[in-house]
Amino acid sequence: MVQFALPKNSKITEGKTWPHPTTARAEREYRIYRWSPDDGHNPRIDTYYVDTGDCGPMVLDALIWIKNNVDATLTFRRSCREGICGSCAMNIDGTNTLACTKAMSDISGTVRIYPLPHMPVVKDLVPDLTNFYAQHASIEPWLHTVSPTPRKEWKQSHDDRQKLDGLYECILCACCSTSCPSYWWNSDRYLGPAALLQAYRWISDSRDEATGERLDDLEDPFRLYRCHTIMNCAKACPKHLNPAKAIAEIKRMLVERQV
Amino acid sequence: MSDAPVKHIRTPLARVRGRGAARSGTGHFWRQRLTAVANIPLTIAAVIIIIVLLGRNQAAAAQILGSPAVAIIMLLFVASVTTHMRIGMQVIIEDYVHDDSAKLTLLMANTFFTVAVALASAYGILKLSFGV
Repeated sequence: MVQFALPKNSKITEGKTWPHPTTARAEREYRIYRWSPDDGHNPRIDTYYVDTGDCGPMVLDALIWIKNNVDATLTFRRSCREGICGSCAMNIDGTNTLACTKAMSDISGTVRIYPLPHMPVVKDLVPDLTNFYAQHASIEPWLHTVSPTPRKEWKQSHDDRQKLDGLYECILCACCSTSCPSYWWNSDRYLGPAALLQAYRWISDSRDEATGERLDDLEDPFRLYRCHTIMNCAKACPKHLNPAKAIAEIKRMLVERQV
Repeated sequence: MSDAPVKHIRTPLARVRGRGAARSGTGHFWRQRLTAVANIPLTIAAVIIIIVLLGRNQAAAAQILGSPAVAIIMLLFVASVTTHMRIGMQVIIEDYVHDDSAKLTLLMANTFFTVAVALASAYGILKLSFGV
């Protein structure tokens, strides 16, 4: 039935405290979640001391500094380091966000870093996002049309194009979905805020001819209606988008077409 | 990641698509909002009626509760609140109970309990109204 306790192998233990940098004038304490699938041990929290005079201002800079100077085994995803690829999403100081756009100076005291919550961990700060990506694929995030393809392009008015603002900017970092308690309990059936925001992006695209079918595919007690307007998604989004509003709009459209 | 032999191999997309959308849920969503709005005036009215009943003897209370306007308000109150209660509890069960047999049992119990509460309350009000 309801599972209240963590499985034994999920209990986090105290890990290694790595040495202070020798020449640092200013340093910052980092407490970072570590887990490896290879050694059979429980997850642990390692403590690192980062020379803030020798690295950039963002949390990702500190992680890269640790990997280069202290512990090359620390594992995390990163790519663009400017908040457009969504690779370095993790739980920093209790909030899901991008390590590359989160400044160390915005955090007081020790910086605590965990992988995105409630996802299977591949290693250290790398979550398994297979299900998350499959959910995005399931809403068929591309233009659906029946009319013959026009010779040049599918036309869209400026006003209709503006309706996509605040929707198309999603970078699929998964910060929102993994901050949603409803997604934690039911991610096998609930699509989650990220996939639903993208579903709404295509529902509200004036060029798309499958609005009804898209709504049909969302109308489900779990796929859509597990959203209980908790609003963690809107709070977590590092791109300042509002998935909760998009979900509410989908619900409104469904009510309007039948009431 | 466990080393147990894999029982089912499906692509992630097949798992997410599952058995498709149930094509329902909007009715529930709408009824929950409808009864929520109805509950506001009906609960205020019910509270006022209960305050009026305070300190009166059984005969006086029965006369007030049995009068047509009060009885109709109380019947509407019972219908709206129990409908709202049933949907709300169903959502909580669906959220947290993942074992199929436990879920179905609890969903049934939820319906039985709500119908029993609703019918018992309605019977009480009607009995006072018609004095049977």
